[in-house]
Amino acid sequence: MTEITDHLNPESHGIEVREVNKEFGDFQALKDVNLIVPDGSMTALLGPSGSGKSTLLRTIAGLEVPTSGQVFIGGEDQARKPVRTRNVGFVFQHYAAFKHMTVFDNIAFGLKVRKWDKQKTRDRVNELIDLVQLTGLAKRYPSQLSGGQRQRMALARALAVEPSVLLLDEPFGALDAKVRKDLRQWLRRLHDEVHVTTIFVTHDQEEAMDIAEQIVVMNNGQIEQTGSATDLYDRPENEFVMGFVGEVNSLGGRLVRPHDTEILPEPTEDTTEVEIDRVVRLGFSGRVEMLTVPDKKEVWAQLTRSELETLSLEAGTRAYVRPRAEAVTKEDTGALEEALREESPATDTPIPAEPALPV
Amino acid sequence: MTKGLVVTYLSLIVLIPLAAIAAKAFSAGPAEFWDAIRQPQAIAALKLTAICSLIVVAINAVMGTLIAWVLVRDEFPGKSIVNSMIDLPFALPTIVASLTLLTLYGNDSFLGIHAAYTKFAVIIALLFVTLPFVVRAVQPLLLSLDRDMESAAESLGAGKVRIFTQIIFPNLLPGIAAGVALAFARALGEFGALVLISGNVPYKTEVASVFIRGQIESDQVVGAAAVSVVLLVFSMCMLAFVNLIQKWGLRHDR
Repeated sequence: MTEITDHLNPESHGIEVREVNKEFGDFQALKDVNLIVPDGSMTALLGPSGSGKSTLLRTIAGLEVPTSGQVFIGGEDQARKPVRTRNVGFVFQHYAAFKHMTVFDNIAFGLKVRKWDKQKTRDRVNELIDLVQLTGLAKRYPSQLSGGQRQRMALARALAVEPSVLLLDEPFGALDAKVRKDLRQWLRRLHDEVHVTTIFVTHDQEEAMDIAEQIVVMNNGQIEQTGSATDLYDRPENEFVMGFVGEVNSLGGRLVRPHDTEILPEPTEDTTEVEIDRVVRLGFSGRVEMLTVPDKKEVWAQLTRSELETLSLEAGTRAYVRPRAEAVTKEDTGALEEALREESPATDTPIPAEPALPV
Repeated sequence: MTKGLVVTYLSLIVLIPLAAIAAKAFSAGPAEFWDAIRQPQAIAALKLTAICSLIVVAINAVMGTLIAWVLVRDEFPGKSIVNSMIDLPFALPTIVASLTLLTLYGNDSFLGIHAAYTKFAVIIALLFVTLPFVVRAVQPLLLSLDRDMESAAESLGAGKVRIFTQIIFPNLLPGIAAGVALAFARALGEFGALVLISGNVPYKTEVASVFIRGQIESDQVVGAAAVSVVLLVFSMCMLAFVNLIQKWGLRHDR
């Protein structure tokens, strides 16, 4: 595990983003973003759609030029350098496979640009084909591959040129749930082998917590908090992080985790009255689903089996809930709800309108 | 049932007339046919038609792709007007096109350019009527082209020239080929747009279609049919060639 530091040493292959702003016309996609990604680490940019996470990734890659600020890769400010001179590997959500080329030629593309000799190229490509488990498929075209295979090919293509950093934009977003899960475990193992500084964008907190050492939570073009999964879950710095990472209830104007939600048979001064809706026992633990009285907001609590047995709750009866004494809570200003409600199907990067084609 | 209908329809509209022309051309035997197309005037007309058509198609392949590119990738005021103008040469009656070109390049040209009755005029007229084909075949391909492919190539270090030649062009090739095929067929058979502007000078500016009409007017039906068959063969060769390019260009889409 890589140490997370305040400054990068200049020889490091890590990434440092300093005071980056990005505007698209009137829209400010990134606001004063500062970020350090240590050499060899795996970092996730996590946030709802439109939070600026893809724009930040594309700015690091050089696919977007920041309005102001610096982007250091390997100790050098590259913010204004074109993507092709940055030696970054970039993987797109929809694979961006060169559909007119075979798997072999796709992976060899960057090597041909770098004028590697034929034999060396062939060896390197074959090595990568084995690494991404596409052995035997070298002569296939992308249309003859499954989504997961295409994405592995895209990854091999990006890794072939030995990039100083690997950037992945929602790499598993277009895949179905099962393939997605397998592929992310596989990416994690691959990263342990290859050790290239990696940043990936995701809106799936489980994905981020599963494989990233460092998670950057973004909202509204700003970084809300950077830290490990445990940091974000146990010590959220604000309401947004608390709500976006992990589950929360809103109790009497405060956000509380379900496992920090205490159920009492009698009211005290800080409790909220609820009606028990459903009690679900799941092996060792169980969940109690409740509706607040009278405004019928959904609340749930995670309890151990013995707690459940002591309380002996039944659907339809009244009870009282409050945060546990030692619980982490944040004030519920409604901002979280608003941020998530604004979540639109629009992507992070504005797509220019397609010109009309009169027939 | 539907298949039967389609076969009957195609036979009536396409196959039978084509067969009739071929039959007519060979009605007096292969020797007559051979003689008919070996007339120096016929050879000159066919040569002019073929060479001009090839030149026109080559220019179209480049300019048509360029026009499609600008119409899809660039933003400028009046773009939609320019876009709809592309089809104008197609919509205009060809004789009107010929007349227009005659006022521009004829002896009374207000531009002072006297290009009428030259091979140059033939090429200009053919360029005019075949303009839309490549543009309209390439445009939808460019619109649906995955822009991320270009970004990916760029991130792998490719420069603009390489991105165009190795990423964009191979994906446009089937469209260019289709446009070229249609433009070539159109150029081979063009009559209306040429009849005024070319002056129909035998051995100089007389194209095959005008020659055919001349043959019919002087009652040389076999000669007319024979030259027609040669045009037909040209067209078919071009179509077959283009088909191969398209198949190759789409080999990855199986």
